[in-house]
Amino acid sequence: MDAMARLTSWMDGPALPVEAARPFKSGNMTLQTPILQPNSLRQGPDAHGHFGIFGGRFVAETLMPLILSLEKAYEEARADPAYHAELQNLLTHYVGRPSPLYFAERMTQHLGGAKIYFKREELNHTGAHKINNVLGQILLARRMGKKRIIAETGAGQHGVATATACARFGLECIVYMGAVDVERQKPNVFRMNMLGAKVVPVQSGARTLKDAMNEALRDWVTNVEDTFYCIGTAAGPHPYPAMVRDFQCVIGEETRAQMFAAEGRLPDSAFACIGGGSNAIGLFHPFLDDRSVELYGVEAAGHGLNVENGHAASLAGGRPGVLHGNRTYLLMDPEGQILEGHSISAGLDYPGIGPEHAWLKETGRVTYLSATDEEALAAFHLCAQLEGIIPALEPAHALARIIDIAPTKPKDHLMVLGLSGRGDKDLATVAGSLGGME
Amino acid sequence: MSRIDRRFAQLRDKRRAALVTFVMAGDPDPATSRALLKALPQAGADLIEIGMPFTDPMADGPAIQAAGLRALRAGMTLHGVLHLVAQFRESDAHTPIVLMGYYNPIYVYGVEKFLVDAKAAGADGLIVVDLPPEEDAELCLPALRAGLSFIRLATPTTDEARLPAVLANTSGFVYYVSIAGITGAGRPDYSRVAEAVARIKAHTPLPVAVGFGVKDASAAAIIAAHADGVVVGSALIDALAGTLDGEGRGGEAAVKAVSALVRELASGVAGAAKNSATGEKVSA
Ligand SMILES: Cc1ncc(COP(=O)(O)O)c(C=O)c1O
Repeated sequence: MDAMARLTSWMDGPALPVEAARPFKSGNMTLQTPILQPNSLRQGPDAHGHFGIFGGRFVAETLMPLILSLEKAYEEARADPAYHAELQNLLTHYVGRPSPLYFAERMTQHLGGAKIYFKREELNHTGAHKINNVLGQILLARRMGKKRIIAETGAGQHGVATATACARFGLECIVYMGAVDVERQKPNVFRMNMLGAKVVPVQSGARTLKDAMNEALRDWVTNVEDTFYCIGTAAGPHPYPAMVRDFQCVIGEETRAQMFAAEGRLPDSAFACIGGGSNAIGLFHPFLDDRSVELYGVEAAGHGLNVENGHAASLAGGRPGVLHGNRTYLLMDPEGQILEGHSISAGLDYPGIGPEHAWLKETGRVTYLSATDEEALAAFHLCAQLEGIIPALEPAHALARIIDIAPTKPKDHLMVLGLSGRGDKDLATVAGSLGGME
Repeated sequence: MSRIDRRFAQLRDKRRAALVTFVMAGDPDPATSRALLKALPQAGADLIEIGMPFTDPMADGPAIQAAGLRALRAGMTLHGVLHLVAQFRESDAHTPIVLMGYYNPIYVYGVEKFLVDAKAAGADGLIVVDLPPEEDAELCLPALRAGLSFIRLATPTTDEARLPAVLANTSGFVYYVSIAGITGAGRPDYSRVAEAVARIKAHTPLPVAVGFGVKDASAAAIIAAHADGVVVGSALIDALAGTLDGEGRGGEAAVKAVSALVRELASGVAGAAKNSATGEKVSA
């Protein structure tokens, strides 16, 4: 059966609770999104941006009118076929979508259990999933007539993606990056500079991702007329968590169609790493109503969950609080002061998490696990050696849990790793961990 | 009638604007902070805003960010802030106190418990930067029920259509943030401040205080001629920071430096009162 025939048979088949389908294109693939069931988990957020008690719009009054106009512009764009056509065209010819769903044969043999597939977002232009979201937002900025783009970045992948899109469209680009991250992700700083972006090292607070986000918000409050804030993960004030998720859902939608093409059925489980949660929500969301699909989000456990301020696992080690425009799980002290957190991976080193994940944790639909620095490094090496793929340290966290769980599953269990980015940016960090091999 | 209402009414009778001073609780240490609060009314402060320190003050510039971090390092907590208020009230029953900060520490403390404790300590109002009217159910409405004023910020981006929503549950006074930006940045365009105050006053009988960018007596005088209150924060924090020794320790010098600047600002505000009393407005 060829790919399209399988896709069609899935549409007609009885396996899925699908009443109707809305076709749309991703790259050269036609995908199908089921129309939502009444009890669907895919309906959030409500009109005020809430996922259960999470989400919301906790911003200064100066920003409130900007957020409302962004919401309106996004609603209009969503309903405009021309906007979708432009985005699809870029995703196909500029990003290189669809990204492959690759059968990781040697990893599968090595672990001796589940059949493991990699959803290869690391093959996207700029080397990570971040570009999917950035292009959606930059096209929106253009519709809104904004000429100055600001972004925060941790690992630098979102900064690189934003700098790339700004170069492509001739927009001014300013990227805020914690001074600590500027040091540990030097290649990406260099890339951003090459692309014409201005990288501003942030010296305030803990000098990592949360402080970069504070500084970007300060810039936005100051430059309200001409500036578009391109947030890099599925967090922040409404509409960002929903909007970023929508742009990243292409990951899960393609995975769904590709798995049908390859195996004729849904996967049994999917794993993704979680910083703010954008690649994970993009992979998970299209499967939320397929209750047979186990979903695992993997947070960064740094030096270990029991080490105070030594990890970045907001769900495992945090409590609900309010930061950066939304209510969500946060790492904080008993007084509600935000902790810095730690992860070897700059892209996961954030004391919060997108509000939809906070809600999915409470509903129990997604299982949230964590992996330590050490486990992520081991997974990083295993992936390089068995598959000839050097992953970013972020998805290496998700792979670390696959390494434990895959052997416990039967051979016909179909398991997907969201391979969110490639590891070039991390080589110095990994070399450092091997002991002065730089 | 609340302390805030009473204070603005008294000043209206005197035909003078209020000088509203902002300091960070516990900056640079609890003892200095306590002495400073006590000194402010004597130096000419009519209302006091006390900052509740937070690690991630995303609407504040470098001066107030640093003040918050100094306070946190010196051990300040939300309990500690309320304790400072209670100590202040032992010797001053009249100067209104407004607590200003971000929502998370309050949320974690527990909204209902915080409101009870803040009221008991002698606080009169709250300004919580990251709670726009869209989130009124969180703290604004419970605060009003608890008998605390909830003072809202209006900004240059708050347009005519939005203003009624912003003013709907505001009490005490309206705080007009005169520039789109963070605290301590830039200088407002004074001609537009007058226009903005008039625009807000067309929608509300509440007093309008204006802040952001006021650094000296002459700026205070210009604003005082157009508004019911002048808010000064970063300039006071800068004056305090300038006195700290190498280890960031405070003491008498900090209290003296801030008091001196408050006296100067108060004279600016008083000077403006004469001008407006004789009908001559000071213009920019
Ligand atoms: C490759 C990669 N994966 C994952 C992340 C984490 O972000 P998110 O949780 O939003 O996917 C980052 C962030 O920089 C990243 O670069």
